Amino acid sequence: MLMKANMVEALNLCLKQEMEKDNSVVVIGEDVGVDGGVFRVTEGLFAKFGKDRVIDSPLSEDGIIGSAIGMAAFGLRPVAEIQFQGFDYQGYHQVVQHLARMRNRTRGSITLPMVLRLPYSGGIKALELHSESLETIYIHLPGLKVVCPASPYDAKGLLAASLDDPDPVIFFEPKRLYRAFKEEVPEERYTLEIGKAKIAKEGNDVTLISWGAMTYVSMEAVAEAEAQGVSVEHIDLRTLSPCDWETVINSVTKTGRAVVVHEAPKTLGFGAEVAARIAEKALLSLEAPVKRVTGWDISIPYPKQEDYYFPDKKRILKGILDTARF
Amino acid sequence: MPISTVFEGKTEYMQILDKDSKVDAELDPGLPDEVLDRMYRLMVLGRLWDHKCINLQRTGRMFTYPPLEGQEAVSVGSVLAVKPEDWLFPSYREWFIYHIRGGPLSMVNMVWMGMEEGMKLDKNLRVYPYAIPIASNLPHAVGAAYALRMKGEKCACIAYCGDGATSEGDFHDALNFAGVWHVPCVFVICNNQWAISVPRKKQTDSETLAQKALAYGFSGVQVDGNDVLAVYKAVKEAADAARAGKGPKVVECITYRIGAHTTADDPKRYRSEDEVLYWRERDPIKRFLFYLEKKGIWSEAYEHKIHEEADRLIEDAITKAESFRQDPKEMFRYVYAGMTRNLEEQMKECFGEEGK
Repeated sequence: MLMKANMVEALNLCLKQEMEKDNSVVVIGEDVGVDGGVFRVTEGLFAKFGKDRVIDSPLSEDGIIGSAIGMAAFGLRPVAEIQFQGFDYQGYHQVVQHLARMRNRTRGSITLPMVLRLPYSGGIKALELHSESLETIYIHLPGLKVVCPASPYDAKGLLAASLDDPDPVIFFEPKRLYRAFKEEVPEERYTLEIGKAKIAKEGNDVTLISWGAMTYVSMEAVAEAEAQGVSVEHIDLRTLSPCDWETVINSVTKTGRAVVVHEAPKTLGFGAEVAARIAEKALLSLEAPVKRVTGWDISIPYPKQEDYYFPDKKRILKGILDTARF
Repeated sequence: MPISTVFEGKTEYMQILDKDSKVDAELDPGLPDEVLDRMYRLMVLGRLWDHKCINLQRTGRMFTYPPLEGQEAVSVGSVLAVKPEDWLFPSYREWFIYHIRGGPLSMVNMVWMGMEEGMKLDKNLRVYPYAIPIASNLPHAVGAAYALRMKGEKCACIAYCGDGATSEGDFHDALNFAGVWHVPCVFVICNNQWAISVPRKKQTDSETLAQKALAYGFSGVQVDGNDVLAVYKAVKEAADAARAGKGPKVVECITYRIGAHTTADDPKRYRSEDEVLYWRERDPIKRFLFYLEKKGIWSEAYEHKIHEEADRLIEDAITKAESFRQDPKEMFRYVYAGMTRNLEEQMKECFGEEGK
């Protein structure tokens, strides 16, 4: 059955269904219990599943990630929530030193199937460090899967797939899209393949590559470019690690032009990797340099001036048109 | 309003067998001869193996290695004190623990010989692969204890760290979570006085490390960590209490790292020979030897036999470890449950189409 849901509702329903299906699924984080999470993604779970499975943890990202690793190693399937991606650094050493490498360093004797949920992205006039988008620091670690949905439908299917996955999944949730729109979402459980990009829109002149919140912002720019006669193929990566390079390369081979959009700073953002892969595999198809429309190499400004920072419709459109007309 | 006292705490110290092998009869756990025999054999094996490893490193047959000498009583006493169903979460200097639990000696030091297969531990022995980053194993033990309790298992998790580790945020987080969750976790602090060149006094201004437990809502005890009987008794009581649902506990074992931090370290740069001598006089094996002699267990013939046995075990373990052949492709195969396309391509690039 289909229902209309925004991303928060879709994620919430997914967690409820996973916890009903599998007793080993536990939710842990700050304020995820009684309060239902600061974004309400875990709303109602505490009342339904109790304090042992919906754990209001002490205020420590390290404690949340570190103890969730112990839980995952010992048969539970923790879904750990860090309130904002910009606060995960206090627990990041656990991700680098243990979560990412445990399977390899123990040659498979200890595995850590868990999901680390990270609300990320800006453009919501939030406080300092509440708008970060540092997906690169996770993509850079072998052993992790990094997923980033751009719609309620994708969010539900990808989170369910993350809970089926035998490896640790870092689940980036674009908080700018939490309540941005509703769409039809199947009520029953379904999964979407991790590692598979989605062609959000087919086209012939330019390939636009994005993920998460920027997919949504890019859609407006794509529509405008189409109105101006440029046919854009829009790829939503959905998974950043392992990345679906095949879809990207096939598209760029066809269009000969590529624009990549992300919120993170330009230098060493994932766009750099996208451009490098295109150079390695599709250089001779290129008719223009790969264009990166990204955040600047500065710390994200406080809310009053943050609009200077984030790629918006205007900047993305310019990127598309410049690349198309190069 | 008068000022009132809102908290008072105390931390006890326990020693059963002093440096001159005088025993406190009241505290003596009265272990059967076969347990005492096992304790002694294991401590001797640990030391001989330790000396051998330094030798192997010096002759290029082993990479960087962290010596155990002086701390044998902490590893042996604590592991023999707990039940086989309890899980152990060692730090790197407790590498000997896996053998105490019954794992093959050849596996124990494969990591120091540069092979990940040394971390591929038999889960039935309930030893978690040791952590290299300081204190980072402690939150895992707390999460594990939470998970095991949820599954209805009656067991304790014994987590090890050193004195330097108590300065880490992970130490705080683990103890704090353990207290709040009231999980069956015992934190064994192997206080060997030195974190490479930084002495215990520079790590914290606390009088003891054990007392830190009080701030997290549970208790700690300090024991002579060179007294295998005291380590045994304290850890057994803590683990029994944890299993019975009485929550976590800290056991601080006062010991000394006789050797270098690792084979890459030169302790003469930061501590005196006199200090090392002081601790050699408090050696855990020597004092236990006299205790066993009085019990009629130890004799020169017994010592000779134990050494012969240990030498055989050690030679056999080295032969096995050195003859182990790794499959280099495994460094790619174990990154994820399944190979990604990206890694398949890189593996081909690394080894060539046919493989090495």
